[in-house]
Amino acid sequence: MNKLSLYLGCITPNRYPGIEKATKLCLDRLEIDYADLPGASCCPAPGVFRSFDKATWLLLASRNIVLSEEMERDVLTICNGCYGSLVDANNELKDDLALKKSTNTHLEKIGKAFKGTVAVRHIIELLYDEPGPEKIKEMVTSPLDIRVALHYGCHLVKPSKERNLGSTEDPRFFDELVEATGAESVNYPDKMACCGAGGGVRSALLDKSLEMLEHKLSRIRDADVDCIVNACPFCHLQFDGGQIEIKEKRGIEYNIPVLHYSQLLGLAFGYLPEELGIDLNLVTNEEFLLKLKGDR
Amino acid sequence: MNQSNKSNKSNISDALKDAGLPILTCLQCGTCSGSCPSGRYTGMITRKLVREARVSTDVLHDPDLWMCTTCYTCQERCPREIKITDAILAIRTIAVHEGIMLPEHRRVSQLVLEHGHAVPINDLVKEKRERLGMEALPETVHKYPDALLDVQTLLESCGFDKLAAIAQE
Ligand code: SF4
Ligand code: SF4
Repeated sequence: MNKLSLYLGCITPNRYPGIEKATKLCLDRLEIDYADLPGASCCPAPGVFRSFDKATWLLLASRNIVLSEEMERDVLTICNGCYGSLVDANNELKDDLALKKSTNTHLEKIGKAFKGTVAVRHIIELLYDEPGPEKIKEMVTSPLDIRVALHYGCHLVKPSKERNLGSTEDPRFFDELVEATGAESVNYPDKMACCGAGGGVRSALLDKSLEMLEHKLSRIRDADVDCIVNACPFCHLQFDGGQIEIKEKRGIEYNIPVLHYSQLLGLAFGYLPEELGIDLNLVTNEEFLLKLKGDR
Repeated sequence: MNQSNKSNKSNISDALKDAGLPILTCLQCGTCSGSCPSGRYTGMITRKLVREARVSTDVLHDPDLWMCTTCYTCQERCPREIKITDAILAIRTIAVHEGIMLPEHRRVSQLVLEHGHAVPINDLVKEKRERLGMEALPETVHKYPDALLDVQTLLESCGFDKLAAIAQE
């Protein structure tokens, strides 16, 4: 495996630091060679910036990639949105010489140049490749006895022509990683449906966004699970913060705990919920925390 | 926005074709609308958006344009392999360059111009970070003022500061 730089994005470090901590603990445990990526910015958010002005989107994305090129490390993302932005920008700049040239005229002003020497990875496809679910299962020290509603999130697998991760209607790779922790990945209707946050919809049209979320939450509640697992801090924010917003606006309480995969894996590696920031979510579910304690 | 600018963009379909996103082969079969998570709740009709884009610039003012979560389900399922989601993003770009931007999106743009983050840190999260034994500021532009200056130089260099300001009118 190539060496990696850990690209944080915005929501992980600035809203859910537990995901950052859990990711680092897991990477250390897995003996994956990674380093911080000092000075990185917003990816920038694909749903909004990419639609405002493509040149701006490419330019900010390219700067983040160049920082990693300078360290001779592949970029590791822990967010579907960051992954979508950075992997697409990286591919476009590698494939289109004119685009690379025009981007570099701007980058020159800060003494940088895009070369196209590194890859962009998402932690889920990376872990599936190496060490892989079998190996991870062997390394788990505290197998989890819980039922999980897995949410892939759209931009991990789509657009499929760009991602190349197989089926977008019924993928399995992420489920295998969840099951490597001992947890059961429970099937539920509309599992592949969008959480409703992307494309600037959550920021500008919150009520519409929450209606899409509630549809998913009701399906998940019916599946009788212990928690939701995602691989995207923006979906995480939508599921966690959105439950509070739905409670305030409509008086409906779901109270389903939300975990990023790094937090789930951290639990299976024996770390406590508070070491992984699981207790710092907005949804607080004592029953779940007690169940986790009972598990170890 | 001046007249010449406007007439250049009067044909959305041609602009999309130039961007490698042709939409004229649309059958109006409705697979896209049937797949749309937003359509279920917002009344957004993807098929209608595609039809509108073929015939007029009204699509630039259609509120549905901003209801797409970019989930890519329609694009995956379209029998004509029309890059619907990419086309919606490209139509949004034309709209933004015509000065049409939702106020909340303008605010997010200002956050990136000011902080280099669309979601900047706050005191509550700094506390949470410290409780986890982490530094209050992450290893991003938040911690490195020179890096933030670089980001601002780039945003100015490509005219994004002006674009976000024009849209303010
Ligand atoms: S799915 Fe494709 S062909 Fe069918 S209506 Fe939508 S854009 Fe047109
Ligand atoms: S990409 Fe947009 S228009 Fe297409 S199905 Fe998803 S939300 Fe609907």
